[in-house]
Amino acid sequence: MATGWKKPSDMPHDHHDHLSSSGHPYRADNDAPLTYWQTMEIALRELLVEKGVTSQAEIASQIDAMDARSPADGARVVARAWSDPAFRDRLLHDASAASREMGFDIGALRLIAVENTGDVHNIIVCTLCSCYPRNLLGLSPDWYKTREYRSRVVIEPRRVLAEFGLTLPDTTTIRVHDSTADMRYIVIPVRPSGTEHLNEAQLATLVTRDSMIGTAQARAPR
Amino acid sequence: MGGDAAGPLQQQNGRPVEHDFALWEKRVDALMVLMTTKGHFTVDGLRRAIEDMGPGAFETMSYYDRWIAAVNQNLVESGVYTLAELGEKMEQVARRGSTYGQASLAGA
Repeated sequence: MATGWKKPSDMPHDHHDHLSSSGHPYRADNDAPLTYWQTMEIALRELLVEKGVTSQAEIASQIDAMDARSPADGARVVARAWSDPAFRDRLLHDASAASREMGFDIGALRLIAVENTGDVHNIIVCTLCSCYPRNLLGLSPDWYKTREYRSRVVIEPRRVLAEFGLTLPDTTTIRVHDSTADMRYIVIPVRPSGTEHLNEAQLATLVTRDSMIGTAQARAPR
Repeated sequence: MGGDAAGPLQQQNGRPVEHDFALWEKRVDALMVLMTTKGHFTVDGLRRAIEDMGPGAFETMSYYDRWIAAVNQNLVESGVYTLAELGEKMEQVARRGSTYGQASLAGA
């Protein structure tokens, strides 16, 4: 698109100088030199506000709502499934409805919970883009969105898991679930042994983000 | 994408790389959610614009670079504003300063 600006991509080979292969060169600093795409974000946002399409307050409030979501939300859902067999059944039947039951805003998404067992390990991915159960886990980690993860996890999941430090027995069946914009998955990890005496809140502290993506197991109790 | 050959995940301290989201990235995310919620375009429209960029975009643009470009393309296509308006606004923004903080805060 011609905006009268020279895009970074118009300059051949320049990316080798300042971009990593994963495409995540920009860290959280607001005092780094302004980029073309940041300039576009500011301009686009101000145009939308000027035209009354949205407001700065509405954008700020959307950011707050997203920041308030974290893997702790998903961990509460998993801990309840571990503690309450009837809830587990409802979660496996309709994860959107079961999560709403706990007060979580799932939007119009169809959320599907997949349960790990002693024999089956589930992993989620979005090979098309970066769909993620953000309503229960917050924003997705960088690696979830990389070409490396998205390309390889569907053909060599064991090698990818090894890069996360997770080695599963050869006898374990690995199921990889490919998300879409309207249908997203969350993994219910195996409840660690030695947790029979723990209550729901204590159990939730063992449920990590990666264990709900499937790139890790739940944490062992201390 | 799925099933294509690719290298190992980039590691840092023995784990795949992650970073905290910058304010501008959170704003892009919020704008995408708000604009699709209000019906100016769909998530499929976002993905179509990103796929049209071709595989080279993965090398030259960060994740949220691709998102803001795709959000912009969809908003122009749906007539929310014109490219000329955007170009003019981007020039104004760039004149405010050389960092995101300066360019974003002044006049926002």
